[in-house]
Amino acid sequence: MSEADLTMGTHVPGALEQSPFAIPSKKLVMWLFIASDAITFAALLFAYGFLRNATPDWPRPFNFSPSIINVMLMTFVLISSSLTMLIGVRMAQAGNKSGAFRWIFITAAAGILFALLHLREWLGLIAEGVRLFQNPWGAGTFGAAFFSITGLHLTHVVGGVVAMVVVGLRYRRGRYNADDIEILGLYWHFVDMVWMFVVPLVYLLNVKQ
Amino acid sequence: MQSAEKPGSVLKSDVIIYLCILAIAGLQIVLAYQKVELAQQLFRMLGLAIIQAGLAIMFFMHLRAEKRNLLLFLAIGTIFVLGMMNMIWSDSFRLLHMRPFPS
Repeated sequence: MSEADLTMGTHVPGALEQSPFAIPSKKLVMWLFIASDAITFAALLFAYGFLRNATPDWPRPFNFSPSIINVMLMTFVLISSSLTMLIGVRMAQAGNKSGAFRWIFITAAAGILFALLHLREWLGLIAEGVRLFQNPWGAGTFGAAFFSITGLHLTHVVGGVVAMVVVGLRYRRGRYNADDIEILGLYWHFVDMVWMFVVPLVYLLNVKQ
Repeated sequence: MQSAEKPGSVLKSDVIIYLCILAIAGLQIVLAYQKVELAQQLFRMLGLAIIQAGLAIMFFMHLRAEKRNLLLFLAIGTIFVLGMMNMIWSDSFRLLHMRPFPS
């Protein structure tokens, strides 16, 4: 970098400072997004906990069949999709482009399956009379809390599936590299991680005994 | 930053972590049907969820292979904010025990 460049303020990437934490900037941005999004979900879960604790007639509507069985299936699909994503990332890092592409699309398919199971769960509850501010069993805010938390998570899943299709295709065409696949993987594992908190707090603490 | 382990052994450890997370999810369902106090059940469920999330962060998201500064930077900031959110709990108890009228 010449003295003239410094005087003119020309930016030469990497010439002046090292990447923070020795990772690419886009990966750091994804980590920061994950931290902020984790706080968003935590705020929703705290608000749900607040409501549940302060409401004596909080409903416990989830029967083992079909609700908990459906949730078990959804959990299995989502955790398994994390493993398939991990295999895709490893293949991308090893330079196996077609293998990485295949595993990313298997992961996307698992995401779609999860979303369909989620919609089935929602439709079942709606058929039982659960609405945003009323339900047949007790506190009306149950629906608002349930649909807000699971709805935000479902939005993340759908967003992740769209991202996988876009990034996967661009990776195959050579526009993206293994780093981009790894960053996509971080997002997908985060979506999986959020579900690990949603299941016990929203579903399992409200099972019909 | 990636580990320098052999691909086969890396995949094996991934599968072991995957099975551990699945096993914890199964354990949560068993615990959900035990007749214990709600507070104790919440404590158990949350504890297991934190273990699951820790495994996912460290092994699936490879945070253990990154610089320790990154882990500290993310963990301290996030845990601090979550701790601050905890302040609202006392209000939820106040609402429960000081309700002016029965619902």
